Amino acid sequence: MCVAVSARVIETDERAGKVDVRGNILNVGIAVRNVKPGDYVLIHAGCVIEVIKKEQAEEIADLLRELEDL
Amino acid sequence: MLNIERIIAELKNYQGSPLKLMEVCGTHTSAIMQLGIRSLISPKITLVSGPGCPVCVTPAAFIDAAVAIACEPGYTVLSFGDMFKVPGNGPSLSEGKGEGASVEMIYSPREVLVKAEQESDKVFVVAAVGFETTLPAYCDLLQELEQREIRNVRLLTSLRQIIPALSWLGTHSPDIDGYILPGHVSVILGEDAYKSLAQELKTPMAIAGFSTEHILLAIYDLVKQVQNKKNQVHNLYPSVVSRTGNTLIQEQMEQYFQKGQIGWRGLGLIEDSGLFLRDEYTQFSMPYDWPEPNETAEDFKDSCLCGEVLLGRISPPECPSFRKHCTPSMPKGPCMISLEGACGIWYRFHREKKEGQ
Amino acid sequence: MNRITMAHGSGGAVTQELIRTVFQKHLANKYLNKMDDAAVLTGSSYPLVMTTDSFVVTPLFFPGGDIGKLAVFGTVNDLWMMGGQPLYLTAAFILEEGLSMKTLEEAVSSLGQAARDVGIQVVAGDTKVVEGKGGLYINTTGLGQLCYSQVIGSAQAKPGDSVIVSGPLGNHHASILSSRLGIKNYIQSDCAYLGDMVKGLLEAGLEVHVLRDVTRGGLATVLNEIAKSSRVNIQVSEELIPVDPEVLGFCEILGLDPLYMANEGKFVCIVPEKDTAKALSMIKQHAHGAGAVVLGKVFNSLQGHQVTCQTKYGGEKIIDILYGEGLPRIC
Repeated sequence: MCVAVSARVIETDERAGKVDVRGNILNVGIAVRNVKPGDYVLIHAGCVIEVIKKEQAEEIADLLRELEDL
Repeated sequence: MLNIERIIAELKNYQGSPLKLMEVCGTHTSAIMQLGIRSLISPKITLVSGPGCPVCVTPAAFIDAAVAIACEPGYTVLSFGDMFKVPGNGPSLSEGKGEGASVEMIYSPREVLVKAEQESDKVFVVAAVGFETTLPAYCDLLQELEQREIRNVRLLTSLRQIIPALSWLGTHSPDIDGYILPGHVSVILGEDAYKSLAQELKTPMAIAGFSTEHILLAIYDLVKQVQNKKNQVHNLYPSVVSRTGNTLIQEQMEQYFQKGQIGWRGLGLIEDSGLFLRDEYTQFSMPYDWPEPNETAEDFKDSCLCGEVLLGRISPPECPSFRKHCTPSMPKGPCMISLEGACGIWYRFHREKKEGQ
Repeated sequence: MNRITMAHGSGGAVTQELIRTVFQKHLANKYLNKMDDAAVLTGSSYPLVMTTDSFVVTPLFFPGGDIGKLAVFGTVNDLWMMGGQPLYLTAAFILEEGLSMKTLEEAVSSLGQAARDVGIQVVAGDTKVVEGKGGLYINTTGLGQLCYSQVIGSAQAKPGDSVIVSGPLGNHHASILSSRLGIKNYIQSDCAYLGDMVKGLLEAGLEVHVLRDVTRGGLATVLNEIAKSSRVNIQVSEELIPVDPEVLGFCEILGLDPLYMANEGKFVCIVPEKDTAKALSMIKQHAHGAGAVVLGKVFNSLQGHQVTCQTKYGGEKIIDILYGEGLPRIC
C-alpha cells in the first residue's frame, strides 16, 4: 500500500505543485506543510506526503551507528 | 564498526531460536522478493506477510459494486491499476470494461478533476481503496472538489487503518516475534502512534523503509530486540517518519472521515478499523448497498488458506492449493487473485532452487 | 474527404482512389503497381523464413516512433532474429470509420519510408474498413531467406554462453504509457531496425546461438522462454541490467519493473564465451547498440529451467515470466 518515490520540487503554491522524478515532471497535490522549491519530497498516488529530511546514504550510515549500541 | 556486510553475516549465521517476523505491508512483501532479502538471512528467521494489502482485504462485494456502478448509464468508475484485474464474486473492473462498463485506470485521484469539469453531465466515481498512505491523495481531492464546487465526483470507499488490524492480529496470531512496520503508512501516522500497540502486544516493532539496507536493518533491529527481550518501537526511517507524523493529514482525516467497523476479507469485522466520509460530506460519497462483509479465515478453509496467509500463520507455499490448484490464472482466493497479494508475489518470485546449478 | 467512411471499404471507385492517393503514393514498387491479386516473386535457393505480426498500438504516433515504423521494423527484426535476411513484406490495413485521412497518410508514409530505409518492398497489400472510432491496425508479414551458416533459435543456448542485451530496457513501454497518463518527460520509444547489427555478427562468422527481440513481456519473459527451450538455467546480475535514469524514475512512480516492459529496438544475443568480447564490441559500434552489455551467463540445469538474478550484497531471486499485465500500482 506504499509505493512512493522521491522527487525534487520545481514549483509550488500551497496546495499543488510540480515535481521532478529523474526527469519525469508530475503535477501533484501537496499534503504536508512547509514545502518549497528545491526540497526533496516523497510522492504517493500523485500527492506529496512528506519532505525528505536526509539523503538515504546518510540515513543508513546514521542508523548503523545507532544499531551498534543495541 | 557496523556495516551492511556485517549485518548480513550476523543474520545469515543467526543461531538463536526460530523467529517469525511479520512484514505488514504488501509493498514490503514485494520489495523483500524483488531484493532477494530471504537469500541474505538465516532460514531460522521466517518472514511472513500480513494484512497490509488493501486489494486482498477489500471484500469481493466492493468490486461487484464498482462494476455495477460502471454499468449504469452516466457513470464512470476510476480505479488504480492494482484493483483493475481483481475479480469480485463477478467480473473484475477490467472484464466489465470489456463488456461495455465505463471504467478508467488512474495513477492519481487528482486526474478525476479535469475529467469531471470537462464532462459535467457524467458522474465520476473513484474506487477509493487504501490505507493511511493514500489518505493524503483523497483529502487533497476532497479539498479541490469543495474549492472548485465540483458536484459530479463521488468516492466509493474501502479505506482502512492498519493499527486496529494489527491489534486484532496480535490477539489472533500471538506467535509473531516482531513486526516490520509499513514505512509510508508511518509517514502519516508517526512513530508515537505505535507505542501503545507495542506495549499491548508485548512485541518489538521496527518502522522500515523499502531499500535492501532499510529492510535488513529493520530485521537486525528486531532480532536484537528479541534477544534483549525488548518490546519497543524503533524508527528506522527517520528521514520521512517523524514522532508525530503528518499532522496536516491527521487533521484533514478528522475533518472528512469518521471511524467505523469494516469487514476485512479473511479477517472478518474489525471495530473502528474503517474510515467513512462524515455525514456533512455525503455529497461526495457514493451510496451503495452491499451485503455486510463477514468473510473470515474460516470461510476460506474449504477452498483456500488465504485467511491463514493474511494472519501470518502460514506462508503461501504451506497452503496445499498453492501452485497446484491455485495459480494467477486460476486463483482460488484474494491473495492470489491480486498480483500484489502474498501468494501472487510468492508465485512470481520464489521458486525453490532447482538441482544442478 | 477528411475522414475514412464505410464507402472507402466498398471496393468501388472510392476505394480505388484511396489506394491510389494514399497507399500507392507511399508504397509504390513494381509488384504493388501491378495491382494483381498476388505478387509473383523470385525464388530463393536458401531455406525460407516467414513471420507475421499485427500492430495495434495507441497512440498511433508517440515520441520516437509511430505505428507505420513499428509495422516494418517489428516484422523484419523478427526475421533477423532467426538469422533471416528480409526479402519481401506484405501490409494489411484495417481502418476504423472516422480515422482522419491525414493521420492515415502520415502512418502509411512512415511505413513506406521505413521500408525504403531497410531496403525492403511491400509486395502485397490489403485495406478493409470497419465500424469504430477512428482506429488503425496494421498487419505485416515478412519473408526472408536463411543465407547464413549459423543455426539460431531459442533452443540453442549452451552452458557457458554469455547473455548480451543490446541496450537499456523499457523505453518503448514508458514512452507509450507517458503519453497515456500525461506524465511529461523526454523518454522516447526505442523503435529501431536491428538488421544492421545482426547482419554484422553473422557475416563476421561469430557463433551466434540465440537472438530474440525483447518485446511484450520484457527481458524476463524472453529469458525464461530461452531457458525452457534450451533446457538451461540463466543467471543475470541486477546491477548490470541497463535502464536509463529517466525510465527508472518513471518505473518508480508507477511501481513498474523494467524487466517486464516492452521494447521495440532491443535484442538478446547469446554467444559462446569465445565470441563474447567481439560480439559486444560489434553491437556497440552501432547507434542503437551503444548501450549493450553482457549481463549474465548460461548454466547447466538438471531440471526446472529457471532464470535467477543476483541482487545487492550477494542476494538472489528468481525471475519468472510476466503474469498479468504489469499495470501501474500504488501498493
